[in-house]
Amino acid sequence: MRYEAPDTIDAAVKLLAGEAGLARVLAGGTDLLVQMRSDVVSPDLVVDIKKISELRQVKEEAGGFRVGAAVTGAELKEHAKLPKAWPGLVEAANLIGSTQVQGRATMGGNLCNGSPAADSVPGLIAAGATATLVGPNGRRDLKVEDIMLAPRKLALTKGEIVASFLLPARPARSSDAYLRFIPRTEMDIAVVGCGVSLTLDPSGTCTAARVSLGAVAARPLLVEDAAKAIIGTKLNHAALAKLEAAARAACKPIDDKRGTVEFRIDVAGVLARRAALIAQERARKA
Amino acid sequence: MQERVKKDPEREFRVVGTRPIRPDGADKVTGRAKFGADFKMAGQLVGKVLRSPHAHARIKGIDVSKAAVLPGVKAIVTRDDFKDQGSEFVPAGEMLVNYRDVVRNVLAREKALFEGHPIAAVAATSEKIAREALRLIKVDYEVLPHVLDAVEAMKPDAPVLHEDMITAGVTPPPTKASNVAKRIEFVMGDIQKGFKDADVIVEREFNTKPVHQGYIEPHAVVASVSEDGSAEVWVTTQGHWIVRAHCARLLGWDISKIRVTASEIGGGFGGKTVVYLEPLALALSKKARKPVKMVMNREEVFRASGPTSGANIWVKIGAKKDGRIVAGEAILKYQAGAFQGSPVQPGCMCAFAPYDLENVKVVGYDVVTNRPKVAAYRAPGGPISEYAVESVVDEIAEQLGLDPIEMRLKNAAKEGTKAAYGPKFGPIGLVEGLEAAKGSPHWNAPLGKNQGRGIAAGFWFNIGGETTVSLQLNEDGTLSLMAGTPDVGGLRASLSMMAAEELGVDVAKVRPIIADTSSLGYNFLTGGSRSTFSSGMATVEAARAMIKEACVRASKLWEIPLDAVTWEDGKVRPAGDNAGKHEAMDLGDIAKIAGKTGGPIVGYSAITAHGAAPSFGVHIADAEVDPETGKTTITRYTVIQDAGKAVHPAYVEGQFQGGAAQGIGWALNEEYIYDDNGRLENPGFLDYRMPVASDLPMIDTIIVEVPNPRHPYGVRGVGETPIVPPMAAIAAAVKRASGVRFFELPMSPPKILAGMKAVKANGGAKATT
Repeated sequence: MRYEAPDTIDAAVKLLAGEAGLARVLAGGTDLLVQMRSDVVSPDLVVDIKKISELRQVKEEAGGFRVGAAVTGAELKEHAKLPKAWPGLVEAANLIGSTQVQGRATMGGNLCNGSPAADSVPGLIAAGATATLVGPNGRRDLKVEDIMLAPRKLALTKGEIVASFLLPARPARSSDAYLRFIPRTEMDIAVVGCGVSLTLDPSGTCTAARVSLGAVAARPLLVEDAAKAIIGTKLNHAALAKLEAAARAACKPIDDKRGTVEFRIDVAGVLARRAALIAQERARKA
Repeated sequence: MQERVKKDPEREFRVVGTRPIRPDGADKVTGRAKFGADFKMAGQLVGKVLRSPHAHARIKGIDVSKAAVLPGVKAIVTRDDFKDQGSEFVPAGEMLVNYRDVVRNVLAREKALFEGHPIAAVAATSEKIAREALRLIKVDYEVLPHVLDAVEAMKPDAPVLHEDMITAGVTPPPTKASNVAKRIEFVMGDIQKGFKDADVIVEREFNTKPVHQGYIEPHAVVASVSEDGSAEVWVTTQGHWIVRAHCARLLGWDISKIRVTASEIGGGFGGKTVVYLEPLALALSKKARKPVKMVMNREEVFRASGPTSGANIWVKIGAKKDGRIVAGEAILKYQAGAFQGSPVQPGCMCAFAPYDLENVKVVGYDVVTNRPKVAAYRAPGGPISEYAVESVVDEIAEQLGLDPIEMRLKNAAKEGTKAAYGPKFGPIGLVEGLEAAKGSPHWNAPLGKNQGRGIAAGFWFNIGGETTVSLQLNEDGTLSLMAGTPDVGGLRASLSMMAAEELGVDVAKVRPIIADTSSLGYNFLTGGSRSTFSSGMATVEAARAMIKEACVRASKLWEIPLDAVTWEDGKVRPAGDNAGKHEAMDLGDIAKIAGKTGGPIVGYSAITAHGAAPSFGVHIADAEVDPETGKTTITRYTVIQDAGKAVHPAYVEGQFQGGAAQGIGWALNEEYIYDDNGRLENPGFLDYRMPVASDLPMIDTIIVEVPNPRHPYGVRGVGETPIVPPMAAIAAAVKRASGVRFFELPMSPPKILAGMKAVKANGGAKATT
């Protein structure tokens, strides 16, 4: 196995594109190293992207933020402005693993690990984040919801790296929330995850919303019907009931060691409602 | 909040009952302490185990030829390297082991009986080479149908694990082999008559899942066999003399040739009372002529080391309107895993032990299944049967409109009660525990929304056994203490305190170690909550022997008869005026004169500790159930238990809290999940969901002290009872919080949510799941 730690993104792309065997990107390593130790993957080349400064920064851009793919959860939490603008997303990234893990784990890695249960991905999708990919053929932008196709399967071409996420500018009275269900309180993987981002007008009516569910299908979902259920409402009882139903209708989960189909569908609705109410409360104060 | 309820303080203690810093504390918090995987030897090889991918398969052939010629491979062992053993049961903690089965558990012979069953072991110069060698070993399996569940395994058409297993305890003996190793029965009085007298009868069936001890430190060993056949072993274990005995037996070596040193232990809870890697490491080391180190990974720990049984339990209890229980009956079917020897016998004995009953019948079945062989886990067998009985007691109390504490007080065992399993209890602290619970702030606190409170009692026997302690008086008057029961929960602290108490010295002057098997007389393992009791008893005896010797030395120095010398307040003194005027001497003074009055002074005690006394506990649990997700949060928890005498109360409380924490996991989320092929799907802490710290409330404790009259300081073992009551206490709390009574563990969120939905669908009718 070869280990490389280039300091430019182009060098990283070149290494990855040129590897004939199995190449893997190392960001925080909280998934990759575990998989390597337990013999799940044995890469021929590991490209460490933590030395690439572009991938390690949070910058303000176009009224929003550009977050490098290799920025850790802990760094997101300590950023001067991000936690206020995107509390739900920052929370989602900081639900991953333990305090030690959060000091290493990154949103880019969380996305590219290709798990339908990744906590930060529904947060990013709800946020309307766009990922910038860099590959042998240059740069391109993709909405986060279009990146993961199926478990361990991404829309990335050979040699392509997720470089950063653009979080759009926030109108006034906007906020977000992310909730996940786990049987414990931490150190667990989502049985269901739900991110909600919304904007209120001065009267408190929801003018825009995005709802995303994790761990209830082969990939994290953007649930447009769930968003429609609350747009134009003040999240009254009827709207929330519609939101719950839409969230449940979107679920295509499996029975596995972490939960049953029935349970996941039930809880998806509950979390969607609870997350929407938290986002609403935050938006009122934003 | 930590409280203590005292009874009968027979003597005023100076050291016992205080909370000094433990002698092993600094090394543990700085990372210096050496656990099993921390031992290293120059030139050591890496040992790895090839394990069966099948739950049940005949092994038609093992071809190691390719692996053997891989550069770097130094030794390979298979079933052919171990002589077969006859069927013979020997005690291991509170469990029995049979060498016929131990040799097969260490390396499969005719069949692989569970996924993870060791097939071969390799020693190589690196981990990578060892792994590659495992891949090169070709095993010819004939895959057989498998069975995981005890009830399924008892069916006539179930796949049979052992073709020669005829159920014991049945007359006439069955003619056909089955998976039922043994049927046992305990009967007292006449249950038919008892049930006839009952005003209310509740009859329920329960199911529990196997749960793992979950020790954080995996099994680890380094073995080094010399050219002359003598061997050294460093290992994480609860009983290094037991490791020595098992290895000597399996390898056919003299016991004296094997010297075993126990490392610090990162949790055992009963699971480190058996051998897995040790005989393999020794056999590999002998073949390779190099030291061999073997460390299990977490996955191996889950797939191949013993959890406790999963079980099916049926309980029927009859009571009078006033709550007096008139009959109790139970049928227990315990999974043993691949080899017989589930803890169903202690399960039967414990089932009704907290109660003073006239009519009891308990029947137990020990059933083999294609799972790893069960090992001891804190009060083996007790938590399972007592969960079922206590749950029915709770339901009867509810039906009769009685307070669950009053119901238990009405039936509680006390001094003189004849237990259903035979003996009469001596002084015990169940009533005191129930009274303490009744008066506790927790029991009387208000509950919040979606919250419920449950209570349950629990019992464990506790044991004594062979024990040796050596206490040396050093030249400067300090003391070195050697014990042989590995320290799993603060033992060294407790032993130095007892020595200091007896000898009148400062506790910091006593430095304890756990000695190796060649340095000290035989010690049975740490298990059965015996170490503070037994090694404590031996420590007190060793200290008294030293005092006696100190008196002898003073009499020599003072040239007065021995009976003119006395020991008082930590000093040797002339017994009276007639003895003459001599300056009293403490142990420091005695140490100075040791050489000229007869030589080094050593207090020694080699005993079989008798008189272990049971410990009863009462737990109060508050559960909050999320009505929309079924998630249960334990919001408050109190453990009340009789310690006899708490030598170091902080470590007694630690045992109480640890048992409760493990019980919370058992009750709510821990379970083994198998796929259709009998392969474990959750062999790791991510999906085998033990509670993490943030899942638990502060677990409050109340230490009850009803002294054990047969221990010099009144000590009872406390380590096991705390895992007995939690499951029933939490099930009762969940019932009151959710409105649904559950009869299956774990009470995981999907089950609770489904149960609550079923109640709603029935229009609020009482549902049971």
